[in-house]
Order: sequence, then structure tokens, then C-alpha cells
Amino acid sequence: MNGSLHLWLIPLLPFAGFLINGILGRRLPKTIVTAIALLAPLASFGVVLNAVFSPVDKPYVETFGHWINAGTLNVDFSFVFDQLSLVMLLVVTGVGFLIHIYSAGYMAHEDGYARYFSYLNLFMFFMTVLVLAGNALLMFVGWEGVGLASYLLIGFWFQKTSAADAGKKAFVVNRIGDFGFLIGMFLLLANFGSLSFSVIAAELAVKPAWTGGILTAIALCLLVGATGKSAQLPLYVWLPDAMEGPTPVSALIHAATMVTAGVYMIARTHFLFDRSPFALTTVAIVGAATALFAATIALVQTDIKRVLAYSTVSQLGYMFLGCGVAAYSAAIFHLMTHAFFKALLFLAAGSVIHGLGGEQDLRKMGGLRKSMPVTFWTMTVAVFAIAGFPPLAAFFSKDAILSAAFLSGGSGKIFWFVGLFTALLTSFYMFRLWYLAFMGDSRSHDIHAHESPWSMLGPLVLLALLSIGGGWIGMERFAAYLAPAVGARSLESSNILDWTLSGLAVAAALIGLLIADRLYRARPESASQLAKSMSGPYNLLAHKYWVDEIYGVVIVKPLMLVSKFILEWIVDIGILSGLVWTLGGIATLVGAILQRWQSGNMRSYAAWLAAGAAALLLLVLVPWSAVLANVGIHLNMAGH
Amino acid sequence: MIPLSWYLLLSAALFCLGVIGFLIKRNLITVFMSIELMLNGVNLSFVTFAHQWHLVKGQIFVFFVMVVAAAEAAVGLAIIIAVFRARSTLAVDRIDLMKL
Amino acid sequence: MNELNQSILTLILLVPLAGAAVIALLPDRGKRSAWVALLTALFSFGLTLHLPAHFISGQPGFQFERNIPWVQSPAIFYHVGVDGLSLWLVVLTGLLAPVGVLASWNAIRERRKIFYSLFLVQQTAMFGVFVSLDLMVYYGFWELSLVPMAILIAMYGRKNGPRTAAKFFLFTFIPSAPLLVAILYLYARTGTFDFAQLQYTIAAGIIPAGALYWTALAFLFAFAVKVPVFPLHGWLADTFSEAPVAMAMVVAGKLGLYSMLRFHVQLFPVQSHAIAPLMIVLTVIGTLYGACLALVQRDYWRLIAFATVGHFSLTTLGIYGLTMTGRYGAIYQTLNQGVIEGALFVLLGVLETRYASSQIASYGGVAAKLPRTATFFVITALAMIGLPMLNGFIGEFLILSSTFTGVSQGWAVAATVSVILGASYMLWLVQRLFYGPESPMAATQPVLDLRFHEIAVLAPLAVLMLIMGVAPDYWLKTIGPGTSLLNSSPVVRMIDGPQKPDTHFIAVEAHQ
Repeated sequence: MNGSLHLWLIPLLPFAGFLINGILGRRLPKTIVTAIALLAPLASFGVVLNAVFSPVDKPYVETFGHWINAGTLNVDFSFVFDQLSLVMLLVVTGVGFLIHIYSAGYMAHEDGYARYFSYLNLFMFFMTVLVLAGNALLMFVGWEGVGLASYLLIGFWFQKTSAADAGKKAFVVNRIGDFGFLIGMFLLLANFGSLSFSVIAAELAVKPAWTGGILTAIALCLLVGATGKSAQLPLYVWLPDAMEGPTPVSALIHAATMVTAGVYMIARTHFLFDRSPFALTTVAIVGAATALFAATIALVQTDIKRVLAYSTVSQLGYMFLGCGVAAYSAAIFHLMTHAFFKALLFLAAGSVIHGLGGEQDLRKMGGLRKSMPVTFWTMTVAVFAIAGFPPLAAFFSKDAILSAAFLSGGSGKIFWFVGLFTALLTSFYMFRLWYLAFMGDSRSHDIHAHESPWSMLGPLVLLALLSIGGGWIGMERFAAYLAPAVGARSLESSNILDWTLSGLAVAAALIGLLIADRLYRARPESASQLAKSMSGPYNLLAHKYWVDEIYGVVIVKPLMLVSKFILEWIVDIGILSGLVWTLGGIATLVGAILQRWQSGNMRSYAAWLAAGAAALLLLVLVPWSAVLANVGIHLNMAGH
Repeated sequence: MIPLSWYLLLSAALFCLGVIGFLIKRNLITVFMSIELMLNGVNLSFVTFAHQWHLVKGQIFVFFVMVVAAAEAAVGLAIIIAVFRARSTLAVDRIDLMKL
Repeated sequence: MNELNQSILTLILLVPLAGAAVIALLPDRGKRSAWVALLTALFSFGLTLHLPAHFISGQPGFQFERNIPWVQSPAIFYHVGVDGLSLWLVVLTGLLAPVGVLASWNAIRERRKIFYSLFLVQQTAMFGVFVSLDLMVYYGFWELSLVPMAILIAMYGRKNGPRTAAKFFLFTFIPSAPLLVAILYLYARTGTFDFAQLQYTIAAGIIPAGALYWTALAFLFAFAVKVPVFPLHGWLADTFSEAPVAMAMVVAGKLGLYSMLRFHVQLFPVQSHAIAPLMIVLTVIGTLYGACLALVQRDYWRLIAFATVGHFSLTTLGIYGLTMTGRYGAIYQTLNQGVIEGALFVLLGVLETRYASSQIASYGGVAAKLPRTATFFVITALAMIGLPMLNGFIGEFLILSSTFTGVSQGWAVAATVSVILGASYMLWLVQRLFYGPESPMAATQPVLDLRFHEIAVLAPLAVLMLIMGVAPDYWLKTIGPGTSLLNSSPVVRMIDGPQKPDTHFIAVEAHQ
């Protein structure tokens, strides 16, 4: 095919949906709103598919014109379509479309239906821009834009204070990450003079000896950006709170697509990370630490969505770990399977919440397998998938990351062990959720669960199929396909080692399953006993290591106090205003003294007048130089 | 012939008398007359010099001064009458409305 | 068309004055003054649109120029003209005129005649500042721009009008005195008030360096107070909380920033180089200081005032980084701020006329009753905090990146922290005003959402924010040639190194 791929349609179709529903949505009938909202991502998905099946050389670049052209800064609107953006686009538009369908059922009875879908379409617009961007600044547009959509959707029920708070928190914490991204771009501009990925990659290619140093700085700055968006340590705090938003939003933005943008960005700029071993190790450490840290918190959460949120943070940690050992294709592979099974988990959880009339507390659920069979079965698939049982999708992708970590040498074996232990924890907390929600008998008798409508169940079934078969493509073939975009690293391995590592991973998952089975099925009362007997660690986990509180005390409070008392009261009111009023005061004082002269008595004025005239006369008439010469003073007059 | 300096001394004496009268007298009318005295002291020097240098300019200037003095007398007396009507006094020290 | 090109600037200057005269002569009945003002404002906005339509971009020097002797001695010329630097500022001033009138439509209920005639006089003064190329004429317009403001603050102040007017007066008139002295000194030395001639004579080194240093400082001081640059911002918060909305939106920023670019950097390149390090430090401090103080304000006018201090400090940083890209960014950001603050003031004015309070704490949950207001407010807030695809981002990015690459990495990083703080205070403001449960005040007051005339103002501004964010090239390409005037100057030339991304755009050769 010779013609253009019309990549611009991919973001602009959802944007059109956003504009129509956003401006006219309140006046349009609901069916039309739904039709527009669903057609936009479907059409985008169609354009993506068309691009996938058209035989163009990759990377395929489309430039639409100048964006900024000022002085030495030149940035174009350019989209890049290569294997990496292709995989990401399929996930974003495909899973995105399924979640749009689901939303039509889930949000059917909400006020602000059109507003919800316009925001969702806006998100699709920015996310596709992020994925397609051919330069860092355009990526930053999508990057901030998805943050905006996330802000609007988390705060969708804006009359709830907690929702509005969570939205703001998400945006501000993301801004801290964006700060890193911005500094990274400045460094790129200073050292490469360009923000275009291809230009930077080309320049690096001709300087193979250039490693470390400034490249480490750039990579670390970009990493700060990635930790913000992908909710890694230490900036993960916004993601659990983001669960205040509607559940389909949690599935789309806070599980499947937006939060993986950090991973995507690292893969997109892998040529920078590849040149800096230090930065790569940092990425791996951040990933492994986050994976473990978030998994421990997930162990004791009682809100079904919060468990899934921490699980997301933990799984993103895996992806970072994959990037950190330069196994970008493994990270992207896990990103893809994670999008399937985590979206499924959230949507199934949403179905549970919908069926229970808004109940999110796991302790009040139970026995749902009978009343919600479709939800139960799809959820079961997802739970087994995330736990890493073969032949489900996540088994392949997680295994790929773990074996890449093990084989990367150096500290890789530590990362591998942390990952393996996290896999055990993951398996445990997911089966805990499964047992608490679906097994046993209902623990709350005043709630009558009902199965959700088919608009919600359809996407569940499709996603379940993807969660089962999504990994069958196999890591080797996937890596080979992505290799032109993210490079390939051949690792020394053997069949026996591969099988052993896989076996260990499955064993970890099994152990997790057995512990959960023992605590929550065989002897349901033993879990609370265990919690009581270890109340110290339990409280630490239940309060999420007090991280929010620590941030509040260490950063937010001091900032506000310093601003209020030192900057406003002392500097602004005290010193600066004080200075001005002191100057004013001096003027007033001088005036008050001079005022006494103006007595208003005419004769005193006249006397001063006469005295002044006399003084002038004296000055003119008396030959002062002669007088002074007589007393010995010589004036240096002109002409002497 | 009376020397020039005598005229000038008389003129200065008249002017100083006027100044002193202006400063120490309390009655507004007297103050006003002191001003006239000062003007006439100055007029005398103008005429003296005009005579001395045989220039007519000085004498013309005297006419100007006299015209201004007449106008001033008209306006000034009118003001004095207005003040007296308003305040029933002509003591200068009591007329201090300009004081802040 | 040629005829019109010659007289367009004069027309732009005279039309608002004529409108003011008509308002002053007609009896004040109902909304008659407001209608006359609106028609005048729309007409003068239409006239300003003539400029970009016939502006030849890429052509060095001034266009639509007029140079007529006015006063024989001292030699004052009526010399007006625009270049890429002033072109869009004139259009922006024209755009904000109808915005200001419509923002006052219901807010000003008494003494409309005085208000609208002074408002139009202020328009003329601002146009005059942007187009004057004779320093004496410029100074006249500069002073004239302060008068209506001071009077209107005193007349329409919310709580403490006269006192605030006195503060405004002191802060802005006192620095004008050294400015006048400096202008007269230049005249005494060179015998001309003409901008271009002065540029050459100063560059030629006729005036002793020491005296020139103080002259430049007097210029800068007057402009820095007007912007305002930290620590000279004391008047802004009070003025914002007291001045009528239509006046407050035009007072800060563009006059001072334009004057810095034209009459400090272009007129005294050597001196502005010398003082740039100090300005960079002050502006970075001001950027963070404004943002920190905005975080803790309880009154939204004061919050916006400190936010403004922060944003204009950043813009000034773009000017005194003395890089090409930073200059583009500073000019563009000046335009952006005009548009954004225009919308913001209209919106806050809407809230204040509806609820009669500017205390943030008394609001809450307003979005439920005023969804359109909330939507426009969120868009404006996002533009203000520099969301990509809206206009604020372009300027901010140009300024920060040029500072980083061309000036100082450390100061640039410090200034970039303001993007975090900016998001914090603006979104917090949005949340406290519009989100959460309805406050008692919001629940009890029966209020209406935006009316037609308010939407007629806000919708174009919002669209403009989007367009200026997506297609900044349209503006940037006309801004450019302003610098090329320097190119022809014998002593000051512009270099734009191909190797380093952002070298200083003015290089000064030694000429001792």
C-alpha cells in the first residue's frame, strides 16, 4: 500500500467524540451519546488494524507540520508507527473499546453520562498521542493529557470530597514526575539539540563509546517521570486513592493503559537507558522494590479495589524490573498480558460492586459464585492468570521477566529472588480475594447480589479469552517481532535452566494458593487470629507503612507552614510591606516637622520673606572671597 | 545739588519703614498702608535713577507701579471690607484661616 | 489600503478616546454608556485586527509607521509604529477591551458614565504605550495608563478603595519620576527622544558608561515595579482585590514586560547584560515565592495576585536569560497570560457578583449549580498551569528550556519546581470552589449559571487558549523579526550558534 496510513485519525476520532459529547452531550439522547462514544474508539481500533495489516516499512513516520518553531527550538507534530507503538496501540484501542462497552452498562444510571464518556474519549485521544508521538515533547502532551483525563475521571463524582481530593492528589503527584520528565527534555535539548527520538537514536548510534555521565542523568530524569506516571516508589501514593473513580476508569486508566505509560516510555527511549548501566540498575531496583512493597500492602487490604490497585503497582514493578535488566520486550509482553488480566480483574470487581449495590468491602462479600456465575468464572481465569499458572497469559510474561532477571548476571539473581517471592505473595493475596468474595457463604444478609447485564459480561468474557490465550504467542516470537524497535539481547541460557526457573515460579504460585486455601477456606477464623497474634506488622501493612502520613508531615505540612509563616507573615507582610510603610512613615514624619513652619500667621511668612531677602542681599553685596581671604581661606574660583 | 545717595537713602528708609510696619502692625489697614509705603520707597529710587541717567524708562516704570498699586488698593480694600464683615475684626493675627 | 496602513495606528489611538468623549457628553441613562463602550471596544478591536492582516512578517524594522514633528523644542515627534514585538500586544489589548466591557456589564451598576469613559481612556493609554516610538510620547501614555486605574480603584474599591488607590499610586507613580529624569537626561545628551536614533547613539558610546548605567537602572526600576518583579510586588495583591475586574485584568504584566523588552533590553543591551544575573536570581525567587504564597491565600483575588507574581517572574526570566528562544517564550507568554488572566478575572468576577464573597472557604460544591462556570474555570486553570495543548505550556516550555540550555541549569531546575506548585494551588482552588459537598452559602443562594454575554466572552477565549497551544507557529513566526532590527545595528549583533542550542542572542563587542 502506497497511501498514507492516516495515523492522525487514531487520536482525532476520540477527540471528535470528546468534543461532541462534551459540548452537546447534555442535550443529546442517551443512545446517540453512547453511539458516538463507542464508535470513536472502535473506529480508531479499525484504523490501527488497517495500519497493522498494511505492508509498510517500519518505523513508519508521519509528520503533519510544525508545532513550535522558536529560535533554536523546533518541534514537529510527528507520529511514529513501529512494532512497539503497534503493540501498544492494539492494547490501548482494543482494551479501551471493550471498557467503553462495559461502561455503557456500568454507568447507565449515572448523572453525567455524557460527561463520563466525553472524558473517556478524551483519555483515548491523549493516550494514543502518547503512544504515537515521534518526539519527547509530543509524548509529553499525551503524558500530561492522560493525567488530565485521569484527574477528571477520578474526580467524576466531584461532590464526594474524597474523590475530589484523590483527583487532585493524582495530578499533583504526577506533576512531580513530570518535573523529572521536563528536566530530562531540557537535558536532551542541551546535549542533542533535538527532542525527536529518531534524531537522538541516530546520534547515539554514531557515537558508540558514549556511555554514562550525562546519559545517566537524562535516563534518571526520565525515570522520575516514569515513576510518577507508573506509580512506582516513591511516587506510587496516588494510585490507590485513584480508586475513588468509577471502576471502568480504574480498569482502563489505572490498570491497563495509562499507568503503563512509564514502561512504554522507557522502552521507547531504551537507547538512552542502554547506555547507562547505572540508570538501568536503578530502574531494576525501583521495580523490584515496588513489586515487593506493594504486594505486602495488598496482603491485608479489605477493599476489593484497593487490593487490585496495590496489585497493579506491584505488577508495574515487574515491568520496571524487566526494563531494568534490558529485557524490554519481556516488559512490553507483560504490559500486554497485564492489560488483559488486570482489566478483567477490575471489570469483574466492578461487576461484583455493581451487583452488590456499591459494596466494596471484601469482609461483607462471600458466596458470590452462585449468584454471579459469569463474573465468578471470568474472575477465576483472571486470578489464576495473575498468579502465574500455566498456560494462562501471565505465566509466560512473568516467567520471561524473571528468567531475564536471573540471567542478567550481577545483582540479577537478587532481583530474581525478590520477583519470585513477590509472585508467591501475589498468588496469596489474589486467592485471598477470590475466597473472600466468591467462596463460602454470604457474610452480609441484607444484600442480594444479582448478575450484571450482558453489556458488562460480554467484555468480561472476551477479556477472559485474551487472558487465557494472550501469552501463547510465546516470548521468543514476541521478542523477535519487537527487536527492530527495542533491540534484542541474547542471553546465555539452557533448556534445563529455563524449565527449572519456570518450575520454581509455578511452585511459588502454588504455595501462595495453598496458604490462602488454608487460611480462608479450611479454617476461615485462623486469618483473624493470625492478624491478632502479629498485630505490629499487621498494623504496619494495614496502614500502608504510614507513607501518606510521612509525606504529609515531611513535605506538605512544612511547605504550607513555611509559606504561611515565614514567607507570608515575615517576608511579605513583615519585611517587604514593612519597608514600604517605613518609607511612607519617614515621608510623613518629615512632613509633620515641616508643617510647623507653615503657621498660617501672615506676619511670620512676611518675616521669613524679609529675612530671606536680607540674606540674599548679603550674599550678593558682601565680597565674600575678599572676606574669606582676610580670614585665611582661599576659594578655588574659576579663573584663578 | 543734592547727591544721589541721599535720595537712595531716603528710598531705603521709606522701604524699611514699610517692612517694619508690615511686620509689627496688627491692624490690617495699617499693614496695607505699609505696603503702599514700600512701593513708594521703590518708586523714589526709580525716579532717582531715571533722573540720574537721563533715561525715561524708570519714570514709565513708576507709572506701572502706581497703576498696579491703585488696582491693588481697590481689590485689597474690598477684601478688607469683606473680612471685616465676616469676622468683625481687622487684627491680622486673628485672620489665620490658611493655617493647616 | 495604503492610506489605511498609514493612519491605522492613529485611528486605533483615537477611537477609544472618541468613545470616551461620546460617553462623557451623553446623559447617563440605563446601560447606554455600556453599549457605547461595547461598540467602541468592538470597533477598536476590529481596527487592531487590521494589523496582523497586513503585517509583513520577516520584514525588519517597524511597520505602519508614522513620524510627524509635534513639538519644535524640545524635539518631540508623533512617532508610532509596530513590529513583531508589539503587534500582538496591540491586538491583545484590543481583544481585552470588549472582554472588559462585558465583564463589567452587571458588575458596575452605578456611575457607569465615569467608569466606561475612564475605561476607554485606559485603552488609549495602553495602545499608546505599545505603539509609541518617541520616548516622550511613550512616557505620556505610560503615565496616562496609571490615572484611570487609580481613580477607578478609589471609586469602586470593594472594601478599602482610597487606601489601595493611594498604595497603587505611590508604587507606580514614584518609579515613574526617575524614568522621566532618565528620559530627559538622554535627551539632554543626544537631542532626540526617538527610539531608533537613541538605540544607535547609545550603542555608539557617546554617553559615559557610568551615567548610562544609572539611566538604564531608572528605566528598569519603573518597569520592574509595573510587572511586578519580586520584591516590588507589594501593590499587586491589594490592587487585585480592590480594582474593578475589567481594570485588574489589564493592569499587571504586559505594559511592564513590553517596556522591558523594548526600552531596556533593546535600548541598553550592555547594561541589561550586566544586570541580567541579578534579574535571573530575582525572577527565579519570585517564581517560587509567588507560587508558595498562592498556596496559603484565603481570598481568591489575593491567590491570583500571587500566582500572577509567579507567572510574570517566569516571563521576566525569559527576557533576562537573553536567549532567542527565551525571548520568543517571554513574548508569547505575555500574550498567553493576557488571554488566561482575562478569562480568569471574568470567571472570578462572575462568582463574586453571584455570591458577593471572595473568601475561598465560603465556597464549595458550586460546580453542581454552575456547571458551565466550572467547565470554563477548569479549562482556564489548566491553561494557567501549563497543560500541553493549551497556550500556557508553550511559553513556559520555551522559557524554561532556553534558561536550562542557554543560561543556567541550576536556576532553570529551581524555576521548574514551580510547575508542581502551580498545579497544587490552582487545582486546590478549583477543588475548594467547585468540588466537594455544597457549602451553606452555595446551597442558600439562588444563582444562575453563565448568561449569554458571559459565554460570548469566555468561549472565544477558551478556543483561543486551545488554538494558541496547538498552533503557536502562527504567532511565533511574526514575533521573530523584531530581533532583526538589532542585526543592523553597528555594535549589537545577533548570533545564533548552530552548535549550541541556545547561545546568548545578543553579543556585545567591546567598543572602548
